[in-house]
Amino acid sequence: MWYLLAGLLAGVLVGLKLPWTVPAVLARYMAVGILAGVDTSLGGLRASLEGEFDIVIFATGFFGNVLLSAGFVYVGDMLGIELYLAAVVALGVRVFNNMGRIRRLLLRDTASNGKEGARRGK
Amino acid sequence: MRRGTQVALAIIFALFGFMLAMQFRSRPEITGPLQYQRSEELAILLKRTEEERDKLREEVASLRDQLADTQSAEDQVRILQEELSKAMILAGMAEVRGPGISLILSDSTAPSQVGQDPNLFVVHDKDLLEVVNEVFAAGAEAVSVNGQRIVATSEITCAGNVIMINGVRQAPPFKILAIGDPATLEGGLKMRGGLIDNLTFWKLEVKLTVEEEITIPAYAGPLSFKYAKPVKKEAK
Repeated sequence: MWYLLAGLLAGVLVGLKLPWTVPAVLARYMAVGILAGVDTSLGGLRASLEGEFDIVIFATGFFGNVLLSAGFVYVGDMLGIELYLAAVVALGVRVFNNMGRIRRLLLRDTASNGKEGARRGK
Repeated sequence: MRRGTQVALAIIFALFGFMLAMQFRSRPEITGPLQYQRSEELAILLKRTEEERDKLREEVASLRDQLADTQSAEDQVRILQEELSKAMILAGMAEVRGPGISLILSDSTAPSQVGQDPNLFVVHDKDLLEVVNEVFAAGAEAVSVNGQRIVATSEITCAGNVIMINGVRQAPPFKILAIGDPATLEGGLKMRGGLIDNLTFWKLEVKLTVEEEITIPAYAGPLSFKYAKPVKKEAK
């Protein structure tokens, strides 16, 4: 688990220290991309709880979702409709689904195996 | 987990953290706690309002200046209007009222005698011209003959058996009104050997009365100048 937090911390620090900021036009792309990242992370967490975690699927899912969401924003801008809302809604729903699945998995583990099971599930 | 997986995850999460940090940094107004955000907002609002107030103050100052200018302009307009009314009296473009004299001039009623020129017993254009000239000489400020205001372009001319004044045919009796100092006007006309003496010599009927107040109408003729153009005195 530590390498995840270390990576996250390193990224945050680099992001905060860098001199340039995101241009206002790209802020929405970044926001939707972050939402895709949150979704993929939770998906990865769920998969690892279910014992099906695969780094290749995770990596491709992460980059694929981020790029797809950004693509939605771009196409929406080109067409003049707020297509990025579709990405936001879809990703939001998935985040909630993943959270529900994770919660259930954790609760079931806790209920069957106690705290030991919950810790092992991670 | 294998080492490669760990590294890949670390890299991915580093990227994710980087994105988060960049996004938050690009939108600093949503990073702070609500309280500070609110106070910041209020500070911005205050600053904007102050700027607006300063602008309005400047506007007030400039409008005050304009008002002062306009007031001085109004003074100028008042002076110009006074000038204009003077000029209109002088030009005969305004009806005027004041003290003056009234002179009624009619043809002679004396029976014509054999061998006498009947032309000597009627009022001629020259008689009227002399009267008008005399009252102007006596300081008349406005003169009319039979309601025709005498202006700079007024003619008093003989046209057959009538007299044309301002292009309007006039017949006796001629009523000449003149506004001015009544005593001076009367004296000027009644001078010994003067106009009235001369006219009464030919038995023309002359009735001179001093009036407390008479009204002289404005010039009613056309006001277009076809040939005369004002000369601009700019380049010397």
